[in-house]
Order: sequence, then structure tokens, then C-alpha cells
Amino acid sequence: MTTAGAGTNYLNADYRVRSWLLTTDHKRIALLYLVSISVFFAIGGALAGVIRLNLLTPYGSLVQAETYNKLFTMHGITMIFFFLIPSIPAVLGNFLVPLMIGARDLAFPRINLLSWYIYVVGGTFTIVAAVTGGVDTGWTFYTPYSSTFANTNVMLTALGVFITGFSSILTGLNFVVTIHKMRAPGLTWSRLPLFIWAHYATSLIMLLGTPVVAITILLVALERGLGIGIFDPKLGGDPILFQHLFWFYSHPAVYIMILPSMGVISEVVACFSRKRVFGYTVVAVSSLTIAIVGFLVWGHHMFVSSQSMYAGMIFSFLSFLVAIPSAIKVFNWTATMYKGSIDLRTPMLYALGFIGLFTIGGLTGIFLATLAVDVHVHDTYFVVAHFHYIMVGGAIMGYLGGLHFWWPKITGKLYSEAWGRIAAITLFIGFNLTFFPQFIVGILGMPRRYHVYPPEFQFLNILSTAGATVLAIGYVLPLFYLTWSLLKGERAGANPWRATGLEWEADSPPPTFNFDRTPVVTAEAYAYPSLPEASRG
Amino acid sequence: MAEHVAHHFEDAEQQREAATLGMWAFLITEIMFFGGLFAGYTVYRSTYFDAFAEGSRHLDLVLGTVNTAILIGSSLTMALAVQAAQRSRRGPQVVFLLLTILLGLAFLGIKAVEYGHKFEQHLVPGRFFSWPGPHASNVQLFFSFYFAMTGMHALHMIIGIGLLIWLTIQARRGRFTGSYYNPMEVSGLYWHFVDIVWIFLFPLLYLIDRHVH
Amino acid sequence: MWPTSLATRLRIFPEQASTVAGQVDALFLFLVVVSVFFAGLIFVLVGLFVIKYRRRQTDAPVPSIGAEVASAESHDHSLGALALEVFWTVIPLGITMVIFVWGANLYFTMSRPPANAAEIYVVGKQWMWKLQHPGGQREINELHVPVNVPVKLVMTSEDVIHSFFVPAFRVKRDVVPGKYTVAWFEATTPGEYYLFCAQYCGTSHAVMGGRIVVMDRPDYERWLAGAAKDVSLAEAGEKLFYQIGCSSCHQTTNTGRGPSLVGKFGTMEKLASGESVLVDEAYLRESIVFPQAKIALGYPPIMPTFTGLVTEDGIVQLIAYIKSLAAPQKAQRP
Repeated sequence: MTTAGAGTNYLNADYRVRSWLLTTDHKRIALLYLVSISVFFAIGGALAGVIRLNLLTPYGSLVQAETYNKLFTMHGITMIFFFLIPSIPAVLGNFLVPLMIGARDLAFPRINLLSWYIYVVGGTFTIVAAVTGGVDTGWTFYTPYSSTFANTNVMLTALGVFITGFSSILTGLNFVVTIHKMRAPGLTWSRLPLFIWAHYATSLIMLLGTPVVAITILLVALERGLGIGIFDPKLGGDPILFQHLFWFYSHPAVYIMILPSMGVISEVVACFSRKRVFGYTVVAVSSLTIAIVGFLVWGHHMFVSSQSMYAGMIFSFLSFLVAIPSAIKVFNWTATMYKGSIDLRTPMLYALGFIGLFTIGGLTGIFLATLAVDVHVHDTYFVVAHFHYIMVGGAIMGYLGGLHFWWPKITGKLYSEAWGRIAAITLFIGFNLTFFPQFIVGILGMPRRYHVYPPEFQFLNILSTAGATVLAIGYVLPLFYLTWSLLKGERAGANPWRATGLEWEADSPPPTFNFDRTPVVTAEAYAYPSLPEASRG
Repeated sequence: MAEHVAHHFEDAEQQREAATLGMWAFLITEIMFFGGLFAGYTVYRSTYFDAFAEGSRHLDLVLGTVNTAILIGSSLTMALAVQAAQRSRRGPQVVFLLLTILLGLAFLGIKAVEYGHKFEQHLVPGRFFSWPGPHASNVQLFFSFYFAMTGMHALHMIIGIGLLIWLTIQARRGRFTGSYYNPMEVSGLYWHFVDIVWIFLFPLLYLIDRHVH
Repeated sequence: MWPTSLATRLRIFPEQASTVAGQVDALFLFLVVVSVFFAGLIFVLVGLFVIKYRRRQTDAPVPSIGAEVASAESHDHSLGALALEVFWTVIPLGITMVIFVWGANLYFTMSRPPANAAEIYVVGKQWMWKLQHPGGQREINELHVPVNVPVKLVMTSEDVIHSFFVPAFRVKRDVVPGKYTVAWFEATTPGEYYLFCAQYCGTSHAVMGGRIVVMDRPDYERWLAGAAKDVSLAEAGEKLFYQIGCSSCHQTTNTGRGPSLVGKFGTMEKLASGESVLVDEAYLRESIVFPQAKIALGYPPIMPTFTGLVTEDGIVQLIAYIKSLAAPQKAQRP
């Protein structure tokens, strides 16, 4: 089962820099991604900090309007394209997919490395664009502002995002082929961990959606460069066509950001309840359903855009449908905890935080799907709060929970449980303080992307900024105690949480080729033994 | 010569299946990529049918038809190359691959000639575009899509030809035989896809409203 | 409704100042109740389970994986589990469908201005709102309207996409260059209400706002009389109609090179392509800017485009004039 050569693992197999920069080991590539996305997270977070500081006063005294507009644009672009979309798939997915299915690597290791380089190149272009003047179109690049009127670095930023899209496509391609073709003997589809199902569904979206936004960005660049009227009404173009093309990808993109997180939650809740996930099949099918139906709802971003009333009704209906599988997952996770044996370790705290915050975020999505209500709250802070509940309260908590859960496997070290819990709780409190007031100020009518606002909104904005400071602490803490664990942490065994899953059968950290011999699977996923009566409440 | 199985694969069959599925998955992303362009084109063609028809009539039907025949022919030669590899016949493999490359280059050459003509006729969108009739901006829109779609297609052909050159070099060395010809097969898939894209492009762009008056 | 008035007094909810606001708020309240219920349910259950089923020191050691166990069930295929899944699928589905129909129905009402609505023309541009009353009164960033009268806004943009948002009325509609979009409201309470631009449009997006001033009837009439105004929109349009040469082809009878426009607004026009199209603001604007798009049956396609020769304001005036040709006895009354 566990492999020979104790002491040699993927981390210390070769210390030369080129062995890292030219690696094809999925685990090393995962770490390369970990470092890069952390850099972008820090940048995106800093931008958010300045935004929130500026919003402390209604007069926006911190930065000029032009600067503020660049700040929120760059914050959105950085966080979405360079942090959230890669985060779990590129770090945890890359690391764990082969291990979880008993393979020695992904199907295309060199393409995996290529996808990281593409990401870095795209990110560099975008940073250059930011540093040499920035871009102020909003991450949504609506035309004709972005194609004709903006005089900021639209082309360079568009190029950066375009390039990075290919990184996403290649990652998705790798996962799909790997999961189809490289599962260990006995590992049937119905025995796959839900983390794998989640990544499979995510990869489908990456493959099918990303190319559309790529071509859309290309068309905007063409229009800017050559002055043709694809989206410019003065030349016969249709600015709404851009919105359709853009949201056709960008809505499924939000499922790219949340599905992997849901996969993490399934693993963590099962392990720390010591119980199989309730409704395994339903949860797996829900992931696929979300991926597919997620492609049919893009028009709910366009209810007031001059889209036809009837189109609006169809998109609204489908948007309600897509909410159901997510709700089903939350119920199933809750049912998993029923009569389990619950251990509130750090990963579990993050998972519980996810369940709470994702529930709130998801329910507010129902508000937005409701046509008559969306008219009022569209493009206000209500929307901002909604998507931050999902993406930060949801996706990022899932990411951090996953990072903590598999940290011993990835690094071979244990972190301080006390500090882990403190950070998770700080995050939860800071998050709610930051974003709940934004629901209210949005309902009151404060629009998005405003660097100044009517004075009566100030109190809520101050609350939000105060919360952001607590949130920031919650994010910075792991940086310290996780790094500390690398240097001085206790050594971890192969399976410190006594979890099910093939990844826990390899050493911590695993050797370069994961398994000596391909494991053979005979058990279902989450084959936690039934609990003796005594340990149940 | 035995096929080299990469260390992470269990056996040659798994490697082959992974490569084939990988190419199919990639081609699906290509469909979505071109799909975005097709969607935009469809919207504007229905909105500005007359202008698009006018623009279409300025495309060289003869050259376009010749190119279509050339590309279909190249798909044939590609299929024959794959079949030759399957039958372990080195000579015919190389010949058919070279023919495919030749036909591909011929296609690109004709395309270049067409582009040149368009430039002379001031039909390239942007600074040098000029159209004497009414709704010039809609005609420019047609040509924007024309160049974007055929240009993107041509880019894919160039990449395809590069792939074929590499294949030819490998084939000359006798790399592909009945027991291992997966790279040929997979590249064939790519080449056929590029052909199919053209088969959609050609009628969409060249054959709007073309009937004997 | 007392919950929303309470919330408004607590300053966590906007005031209601239109006929539609109360209806939107009722739906909103329902959503809040449903959300609080389900969020509460999850929070309570999870909290309960985490406490009740917490792993205790006094428990027998939890068996590790692989240990011999009485029954390691795999997937629960029991009927009970299936019933539960169906239950918590169907209930949310049912509730969401109720919400959908309620919301769609209300949205339908919100999207169709009443036939007798007074019209205001709105032109948004970076970074201001220009509003024109039919009588010619012009406002910048402000709109005076009478209370209890439905008002229909016919809007376009001169440059990028903006959005006309009045939180107190629960009304919002994007303002798009190249086309007309329509919104409507009926104000119920005199007062001043915020107008915001709600679609990011560049540098001064955040200050592109103003206010809607709702007045009692007599106050409004007084304001109308005293407000800065040019000639009425229709009169200005008539002047433009002759000035830029429309009249040379569009005469009062169908004997000109183009069709007569008398009585045309609001009717169905037969096109050369065989289709019929409604002669509304959008069609008129398109005909002025892209005349080749739709050719009237029986007429040659010779109308030149007036893009660049007439501003959005001018188009609005021409449209008002053409509308006035529909019913010559009924002059445009504000």
C-alpha cells in the first residue's frame, strides 16, 4: 500500500530550480499554481482594501474617480480570472485528481505544465496593463464603452485574459481525459469521490464555455483596433450582442468557481462526521445538472438590458431550476451530519462556514432570479453581496478548508489546530460583517461601482469596511501558521484524519509517482464503518 | 518498433485512448470557439441581409470553390495516409502526408491571393475600407466577419500543416506502423475538423443569395 | 405593509413612492420569509447536529477503515432516503415556481406602460440626464412629474449604456445607444426621490444622478408653466422636419417619393419584404438612422441616412412631430 523509499518524496526528489520550473509532476505543478494564485489573491485583496477604505466616506476622498474605476475593474479581473477560476482545480484538483483515482499523474503532464506557463504569461500581461495605466471598464467589459469609448489599457488586459483562458481550457481537458481513462481497476464511476465528480462537471464547463469568452474578447479587440462596428450602434453593431456572448461564458464561469468547492465540502463533511455522504448519487448528479443547466441561464444578468420580456421570463424560470440542485446538496450535507461523529477540526469549521454562507448566498440568488425584484436590486450592492457570499463565503472557504484538509498530504506537516480554528472563525465573523450590510445598502438603492454615494448610506459602508479589516486578518493568519508548519510543524502520517480515499493511502508527502503499484478498489466511496451505538448522541 | 508508453500510463492502450479522447475534447472546444463567431455572424446576417449578400457577391466564387475542392481532397489524402500507416506502409504514408501538406499550402496560397484582391478593392475593414454604395458600415461588418472567420480558420490550417510536417518527419523514420499509429489518427481528426469548419464557412460566406438572376 | 414601513423607518429599506413599489415589496417580503425559514432551518439543524453528535472522549474508539464492522453500508438505496430526496427536491421546486410566476406576472405589468401614460423623453449621455416634456420643457438631471399620473419614459443614450434607476419607484431600465427603451411608473406620494445611473458608464458614473420631483397637480401645472422651455417637442420637430428635408419626400399625401406620415404612428406598415412592422418610436428612429433596414412596400429604397445630420434630441423631436400627425385635433398635452 504505502510506498518504499521513506524520505524521498515529490518535494525533496530534486532541489534544483529547473526541476521545479520544468516539472511534469502534477503535485509540483499544483504548488506552482499555489504560489501564483496566492500572489494574485494578495493583489486582488489589496485592491479591495483600497476600495473599502475609499468607501468610508460618501465623498470618496481617498482616490479619484478614474483611479477608483480602475481599482474595482482590476479587483474583479484579478479575483475572477487569476484567483477563483484556477484556485481549487489548479491547486487541489491538480494535486489530488490522480491520487484519488489511483493514477500516477494526469493524462497529459506536459500540457499541465504548459497550462501553468500560459497562466503566468496571461497574468503578466494583465499586471503590465495594470501598472502602465490600468483599465476602467469593469471586469464585464460592456460595449460600447470598452470597444469605443474607454481610453485605458483595454487591449492589453483583454490579451491577458484571452491568454489565461487557454490555461483553463487545458486544465479542463486534462481532467476530463484523466477521469475517463485512468481510473484504477475497480474504481467505477459510482465509486468516485464526489470531489472527482465536482471536478469533472467543472471541467465540462471549462471546455465548453471558455472558448466563447475568448472569441468575444477577440471581437472587442478587433473593434477597438480597427474601428469596425461589431458592437458599436453608430456603425450598425449591437451592444447587447456583446452581453449575450459575454454572459454565455461568464455565467457558467461562476459554476466553475463553486462546483470544485462543493466537492471539497463533500469530502470534509464525510470525514469529520465519519459517515458516508448522504445521497451520494443525487449529489453527483446535481453537479452535472448544475453544469448543464448553468449554460442556459445567462440572460438573468440582462433582465433590464432591453432584452425581450419573454426571454427574461425563460431565463428567470431556468434560473430557479438551477438553484434546486445546489439546495439539494446543502440538504444532503446536513443529512450526512445526522447521527455522525462530528469533529470540529479546522477543515470542518471551514466546511460549516461554507454551508452557512453558501445557503445565504444561494437564497439571495433566488431574489435575483425573480424578475420583478431584480429590476430593483440589479446593479446595486445587493448583487455585490450575493456574489461575494457565494464566491468568498462559499468558494474561498471551500478552498481554504480543502487546503487545510489536505495540507498534511501535500506538505507532510501538521499545522497548529488552535490557530487554524481561530482563523476560520475570524474569517466567518469578518466576512459577515463585511458583506451583510451590503445587502441592506443595495436594497436601499446604492448602485455598484460608485466611488461616491449619498450620505445616508455611510453607516452601512463603515460597517462593511470595518468587517473587511477583520476579514483581512482571517486571510493573513493562515499565511503565518501554515508557513510555520512547514518549518516547525509536526510530521504528519499518511492519514492523520483517518479519512477514506486513495490519496490517504499514499505517503505524506507522496513520492513522485504516487503509487508503487496501481491500487485496486473494492469499496464504495466514503466507506466509513458504521458507528457503534455508544458514540452517537 | 515498439511504442513508447509514458510512465504514467498503465499500458499502450490507455495511452492511445487518452490521446484520442484528448483530441476529441480539444476539438469540442474548437467548435465552441468558432461557434462564437458563427453566432455573431448569424445575428448580423439576419439583421443586415442585403448588405451581407452584397458583400458576399464580392467574394471570388471560383477561388472559393477551388479551395473547397482542395481542402476536401486534402482530407482524402490525410485519410489515406492514416490508412497507409495502419497497414504499416511507410512509402505511401509519407507520400500522402506530403500531398496533404501540398494541398494545404495550395489552399493557403489561394487564400492569400483572395486577401490580396480584397485589399486592392478596399474591402479590408479598418482604415482602408471604402464602399461607394449605401450602408457601408454593414458591408464592412460582413467583411469583418469574413476576415475574422477565414483568418481564424487559416491560422488553424497553418498549425495543422506544422503538425503534418512533424508527422511526415516521424513517418519517414518509420515511426508509424499497424501497432502504433495513434499520432497519425489523432492528427487526422484535427485535419478533418479544420476541413469541416471550412465546409460550413464556404456556403455561409460565399453563397449568400447567389442564384441565377 | 407594516414590515416594510417599519424597515423604512429603521432605514434598512427604501420608501415606497410608486404604485408598483408596494407590490414589489410584498414579493420581496415573501422572499425574505422563505429565505429566513430555510437559512434558519439549515443553521439550526447543523447547529443541533454538531452539538448532539459531537465526537466525545468517552466514546468507544472509532474504528479505522478496513476494520471488521457489522454492516458497512454503501449507498443508501433505501426507500426512506429516496423519499427524503424527492421531498426536499419537490418542496423547493414548488416554492420557487410560485415565486417565479408571481415575479414574472408582476414584471409583465412593470414592463407594459398603461395606454394613457404621459410621455417623457430621456436622453442619457456621459455624464448627465436630459429629460424633455412634450410641451418642450427641458430638464437636466431632474424630472418633475405629477402625482398619481402614469408616466412613460422613452429613453436612449448618446454614447454608452446607462441605466435609469429610481429606487423609491422600484424602477430600473438600461438606456442603450442605438435604440429606445421604455420604462414607466406612477408616483403615489409627492416628494423628492433619488435618480441614479445604474450601469457603469465611465469616469463620472457615480455622479450621474439627480432627482425625481413628484408634485401635486396644481403645483405641477404651475411648474410646467414657469419652467424653462422651448417650443413644444412636436413644434420643434416640425421645424426640423422641414429644415433637414424630410418634407421633400414625405408629403401629406402618398404622392411623394416616400410614404406620407400622417396618421402613420401606431399603425402596422407593410414592408417590401412582405413582413409588417409596427410604426413605433423604435421603427421611426431606425428609419431615420438606417433607412435601408426596412423598405415600405411600393416605395424605392432611396432614403438617405440622417446619421450625423440629426442628434438624438432631434430624433426625439421628429418623433414627437410625427406622433402629432396621427391625431391632428388632439394636440400634445403635458
